[in-house]
Amino acid sequence: MSGDPLWSIFVNACLINNFVLAYFLGICPFLGVSGKMETATRMGGAVMFVMLVSSICAYGINALLTAIDAPYLRLISFIAVIASTVQLVEMFIKKVSPGLFRALGIFLPLITTNCAILGLALFQTNKGYGFLQCVVYALGAGAGFTVALVLMAGLREKLDLATVPDVVKGTALTLMLAGFLSVAFMGFAGLGG
Amino acid sequence: MVAKGTQHTGTDEFLKGLWKENPVFVQVLGMCPVLAVSNTARNALAMGLATLFVLLMSNIVVSALRRFIPKQVRIATFILVIATFVTVVEYVIQAISLDLHKALGAFISLIVVNCLILGRAEAFASKNGIGRSILDALGMGVGFAFALLCLGAVREILGAGSLFGVELFHDGFQDWVMMILPSGGFFTLAGWVLLFNRLKQRQARAETALKEAA
Repeated sequence: MSGDPLWSIFVNACLINNFVLAYFLGICPFLGVSGKMETATRMGGAVMFVMLVSSICAYGINALLTAIDAPYLRLISFIAVIASTVQLVEMFIKKVSPGLFRALGIFLPLITTNCAILGLALFQTNKGYGFLQCVVYALGAGAGFTVALVLMAGLREKLDLATVPDVVKGTALTLMLAGFLSVAFMGFAGLGG
Repeated sequence: MVAKGTQHTGTDEFLKGLWKENPVFVQVLGMCPVLAVSNTARNALAMGLATLFVLLMSNIVVSALRRFIPKQVRIATFILVIATFVTVVEYVIQAISLDLHKALGAFISLIVVNCLILGRAEAFASKNGIGRSILDALGMGVGFAFALLCLGAVREILGAGSLFGVELFHDGFQDWVMMILPSGGFFTLAGWVLLFNRLKQRQARAETALKEAA
């Protein structure tokens, strides 16, 4: 078990090693749904929630697989469990809170193929975090994802009003913006160690 | 299997992945590994080959089983097939080179969630015969590996002054460290996408000019 204090894990996952801007995880939704501020916040919330649930599940699976000595099944069981968890969460939310379900909409099923979720499960296993550390790590990663997504959406909404050359429009412009954001986030390096 | 109203020959199936529908530069699929492991040409090439292998094998299996997989659970089945081959690749890389395994880290496992592979299984292999699926996988996989190599080469040359670990410049060369860092990945990819857009635009313009002249 690693001995990092909880606050350092949170700051690390959220700012210093931001999942989107430093690890390049979850780039697809980052480029896809960062067009509008409103959808960006919702997507961020959904990702954070699923991250928390799947992180707890991954902790359980890992303990079980270590107990029966079958580490080669890890990847397969992680992805299977995450996919089914997302489905379960979706059904649960639909039943309990239809309002929240409508707000999250299409984003919940899309999260299954979000590499940030699987990446989180793999990283926490590699780092050997304990249960509480896993929960904090998931919260930090989710918060970091949301921050990156919301910042990006803000920038893109402003840029809609600017005139840019035809060739640059679309993916290329978004990628350049992401690059600048990434440079900005490098400033957090050295914070918390 | 009878071709369904398409006149695609085998070569077309292979070539479309290389240029017209290049998974990285045109479709912008599977971005996570593209940006994360392209900091040196060697890592990029290894990642490209690993993805090519997984794509090929999963396309073959999905295509062979396409009549037996119930429609409702197809996505889950595809993911399980892909995850199996990714586990194989991970252990193979670990056996061949421990350094490489360390450099690529969790990103080998993350091939599972590469949308390119699931996308090809869903959009192509589950509807076409084995032969065509193999060609499609080879085209897309080579296109993906090529794109990764392009990025990796640019980033390594600018950021470390070397290519595949071989020093290219004299001592006076000042490394452009940012290209190795995460932000360099975004900028390099943006540059390549720009180049592709520009080429496509010129091609489209030339075609319309040709039509008007005729």
